[in-house]
Amino acid sequence: MFDAIRTTVVPLFKGRPRDPIPGHPCLSLQGLSKSFGGLDAVSGLDLQVMPGDRKGIIGPNGAGKTTLFNLITGVFPVTSGKVVLFGHDATKWASYDRVHLGMSRTFQVTNLFPKLSVMDNLLLAAQGLRAMKLAMWRFQSSYGELHGKCRELLEKVGFWDRRDVEIRHLSHGEQRQIEIVLGLATEPRLLLLDEPAAGLSTGESHEMAAFLNNLDPELAILMIEHDMDVAFAVVNTIAVLHYGELIEEGTTEQIRASEKVQKIYLGVD
Amino acid sequence: MINLLRNKVIIVPAVLLLLALISPFVPSFILLLIIQVLIFGILALSVDLLLGYTGLPSLGQAAYLGMGAYLAAILVDRFEFGLSCDFPLVLVLGILIGAATAAFFGLFAIRATGVYFLIITLALGMVVWGVANRWNSMTGGDNGINVLSRPACGVDLSNDVVFFYVVFVVYSAALGGMYVLVNSPFGKSLMGIRESETRMQMLGYNTWFHKYLAFIIAGGYGGLSGVLWTHLNGIVTPEDVILTTSVDALLMVVLGGPGTLVGGAIGAMVVVGIREYLSTWVEWWQYVLGGVYVLTIYFLPEGLMGLPKLIKKRRPARKSEPPAEASSVET
Repeated sequence: MFDAIRTTVVPLFKGRPRDPIPGHPCLSLQGLSKSFGGLDAVSGLDLQVMPGDRKGIIGPNGAGKTTLFNLITGVFPVTSGKVVLFGHDATKWASYDRVHLGMSRTFQVTNLFPKLSVMDNLLLAAQGLRAMKLAMWRFQSSYGELHGKCRELLEKVGFWDRRDVEIRHLSHGEQRQIEIVLGLATEPRLLLLDEPAAGLSTGESHEMAAFLNNLDPELAILMIEHDMDVAFAVVNTIAVLHYGELIEEGTTEQIRASEKVQKIYLGVD
Repeated sequence: MINLLRNKVIIVPAVLLLLALISPFVPSFILLLIIQVLIFGILALSVDLLLGYTGLPSLGQAAYLGMGAYLAAILVDRFEFGLSCDFPLVLVLGILIGAATAAFFGLFAIRATGVYFLIITLALGMVVWGVANRWNSMTGGDNGINVLSRPACGVDLSNDVVFFYVVFVVYSAALGGMYVLVNSPFGKSLMGIRESETRMQMLGYNTWFHKYLAFIIAGGYGGLSGVLWTHLNGIVTPEDVILTTSVDALLMVVLGGPGTLVGGAIGAMVVVGIREYLSTWVEWWQYVLGGVYVLTIYFLPEGLMGLPKLIKKRRPARKSEPPAEASSVET
């Protein structure tokens, strides 16, 4: 209970900073570690993402990729190390406070509002960073500017004609697209994509890659991806994770040529 | 689609208006049942906000009804307050005490979800029952508190028809308020939390705080229903605060249809009708009530309010399916 008061009520009055400090990287991880009991899921990780960076994270299953995302977004508390977002030490912050700095995330397993329409999903995402999300005395439909913004975004991605369809009635591929659209609705400066192409066909993956390449060049993207075609098509630099450790970081060409990477992926000795 | 929605919204005021018109002419026993249904309807609104919109199954809403009910009774009993034109103030105080109790209980309850939330709210509800039962000097213990007359301010609420109109106005206002609430940005955020709390956090929502606010508002609705409950019965006892009342409220919402607001009142109508009316005819009314519950849960997962939709689906379709089209991210 006191925990709840500390993490919830106190920041309400104190307020976390909402603005990035200029000149700092979007994300800087310093000696980040996380253990689950005796298992070191992430250990001593240093990583930086600058504005406009397109960075990929690859690694075999169980390398700690999704755990890393959960640490960055505040789903799990860290064991040691620091998460610095836009110049603020956010290691102890709640997820929603980190999001307010301009971070956004999508999920590996589709995580949407299945019984709400496409438009309602988007409205929820778009109002997330606004103070009006607590308004109780006015219909949501009366916020014209908010609707305009969502309409714009839906038209851009070709979902406007299906705005009233409930999410659960969309195909898997469409849901993966909405997953990213929700991530963009908060107008982030840093976008964390957890396997955006998971479960997509080759054709859909290519479309996804093309879509990601068309996003604002100022937007920093950190992307976990198993599909190497998508990964290499979108990112310029790649970090390779193996058993929670960063074993290699470099441009896509360097990673392609790296012996170490070939070894952990192919098991060549 | 939009036409259908518009019709649906218009049906509710129409039914309410009809109710207001015919109620003075129904037998007095039926009138009392209607009042009871409306009061339970307010309590059901509070359950629906939590269960239907936020996804929190509360099994302790009787606690807030109890707080409002005892407040009204104690004010009359000790201070002779609330029997004249100060009655509206008692309604406000009832809301406040329900909300304040929920604000305190919420600190314990909101951290849990699902079945754990159910158990915690149940336990907190029993705390209120325990206090009502044991704090003899204040609550009269087992005997409860008698409130021998209803308020009178210009008009005398002792007249059941007048009292009906008061309850009717309060219910309508409560329903209208809740309707605005669930359609507001805040109300939508509750639905988002029901669908996926982790996603909401990742969109910048402090979901604990949103659920906490919803819990407090639901408590206020419970307190409001309690004040009216006291004046309907003329007595308040620990029996009113017992688990059965909470279970009833929950089942009324499930029966009527969670997430529909008026569903709660419809559920209340069925439950009160069977319990109070059918029970004067047959002794095995409890089997009927049980049967209704079982059948609803089996065949009407969306409650009685889901019935029209179900009938529509069963009817031979008139080819109204939207054309399936391939989708793509247009760049």
